[in-house]
Amino acid sequence: MTETSAEQLRPLVETHNLDVKFGRQHVLRDINLNIPRGQTVVIIGESGCGKTVLLKSIIGLVWPTSGEVLFDGRSLMKLKDHQLAKQRTRFGFLFQNAALLDSMSVGQNIAFPLREHTDKKQTEIDEIVRARLNEVGLPENVLNKKPAELSGGMRKRVGLARALALNPEILLYDEPTTGLDPVMSDVINELILRIRKQHPVTSIVVTHDMRTVQKVADRVVMLYPLPRLRDDEPQVIFDDRPDRLETSLDPRVAQFVRGEAGGRLLELQAQNNANRTQ
Amino acid sequence: MEKSSLASAARPTGVIGFFINMITDLGELVINWIAALGDLSLFSLRVWAWMLTRLPRRQTLLPNFYQIGVLSLPVVALTGTFIGMVLAVQSYAQFRAMHFESRLGAVINMSLVRELGPVLAATMLAGRVGSAMAAQLGTMRVTEQIDALSSMGANPIHYLVVPRFLGCIVLIPTLTIMADFMGVVGGAFYSIKILGIDSHEYWVNSQRFVGNYDLFTGIFKSLFFGAAIAMISCHRGFNCDFGAEGVGRAATSAFVYSFVLILIIDLFLGIGLDSVYMMLWPDGKKLLY
Repeated sequence: MTETSAEQLRPLVETHNLDVKFGRQHVLRDINLNIPRGQTVVIIGESGCGKTVLLKSIIGLVWPTSGEVLFDGRSLMKLKDHQLAKQRTRFGFLFQNAALLDSMSVGQNIAFPLREHTDKKQTEIDEIVRARLNEVGLPENVLNKKPAELSGGMRKRVGLARALALNPEILLYDEPTTGLDPVMSDVINELILRIRKQHPVTSIVVTHDMRTVQKVADRVVMLYPLPRLRDDEPQVIFDDRPDRLETSLDPRVAQFVRGEAGGRLLELQAQNNANRTQ
Repeated sequence: MEKSSLASAARPTGVIGFFINMITDLGELVINWIAALGDLSLFSLRVWAWMLTRLPRRQTLLPNFYQIGVLSLPVVALTGTFIGMVLAVQSYAQFRAMHFESRLGAVINMSLVRELGPVLAATMLAGRVGSAMAAQLGTMRVTEQIDALSSMGANPIHYLVVPRFLGCIVLIPTLTIMADFMGVVGGAFYSIKILGIDSHEYWVNSQRFVGNYDLFTGIFKSLFFGAAIAMISCHRGFNCDFGAEGVGRAATSAFVYSFVLILIIDLFLGIGLDSVYMMLWPDGKKLLY
């Protein structure tokens, strides 16, 4: 097998026994994932189960307590600061609230990665900025606006345009449709699909929006909150094609997919009472 | 930083429990302080490392310099003027009682260039710029903008902290000179025009007692004040707790810690610089002899 084809077959992202703790709070335990090139993986799970922490670990924004994350075969944990910064230029990250730099205009936000990492001339940068803006369906008159002047949907799309600026190999979406109206949510879902068609990109989407799951996912990974698991239970409770979600025999998966509270309210109340008596 | 949660565990009660709790709380406080100090030291090292390896671009530096220097000038000038006049008002009665009123210029100007000018400029900088830096960086932390910078391969310390740090240490001497100058003008105006002290006596005595070393002392100290303000404020912002309360707390603590550190630095540098002066000029000028 040639070296190039071996590289092609190697998963783009691998997590090996990933463990993340914040102080005494254990968020992720023993997560082992392989994400092949070109795949769109959707990570689902209820609030607080560690989806965003997993996403941020994949780009090295959260450092694991133990275990490692391999990107293109290289452990992020073993890289020096400048090497990690270079690896990150291969990523595009759409944050939950877009996280646009509010001291800059929309145009400057999209141009930021290009100015930081390329020697392109201003005219070339302007051209790319306009192309990216057009790609996410925004008019050019927003270029000089500040992020605070934009609606939530527009901010998300500017965030997406910025994430696309450097032609990333992998796109990470942190709850891309949260806080948007149903139409705008679908616009974002369409954009995720369109981007995948136009660019050979691997995508990891963190969401609890089942419409996003059904629309964009090649594969679904479901995490379960650690405090509700026994020590011997795995935290990844589902890892399969999206059409298998409905037929999953795991009641926790079925409950999430159908959005049923079940005994959850009683469980939360019991938990509160237990905390109070401690 | 992980805060020890010993205090939140089941706490013993009774008299012995009271003392155990007291020791536990004290221990927790000390551990948190040491951890915070270690964190601040590491943060400072990273800032220096970036500053020595790669300077930020002009487009990043200039807005920070404008915010820190130009926009602080009016408030520093105004407070400088008033503090000069206040010094004249407060010193006049005592000096007059000792028939030393002709030396009022010396004491006002000496106090201004050695102590009040730099401390005042630093206090205004901590209040106006330090709190704003902590609040701005804190908001950026809370809204994931700092994470966004990292995710784009930009180093937040290099991009956000180094320009602010440079702005503070480069421009605080200028602000100090402005505070000194306006204080000297304010003090002279009040002493000569309002209190009627002979202007010749006033300036001759000022010239006799206030030397270049005094001016240097003030400006030299201001560099440390600027560094302390920038480092503490940026560190507070970077370690801001979530929510509006967290940002507010970061801004307040940035000012409080900066101010306390300014006074501590002032004391120790004052002692050190005086010793240097005595070593260089053992028969140096004294105000009252």
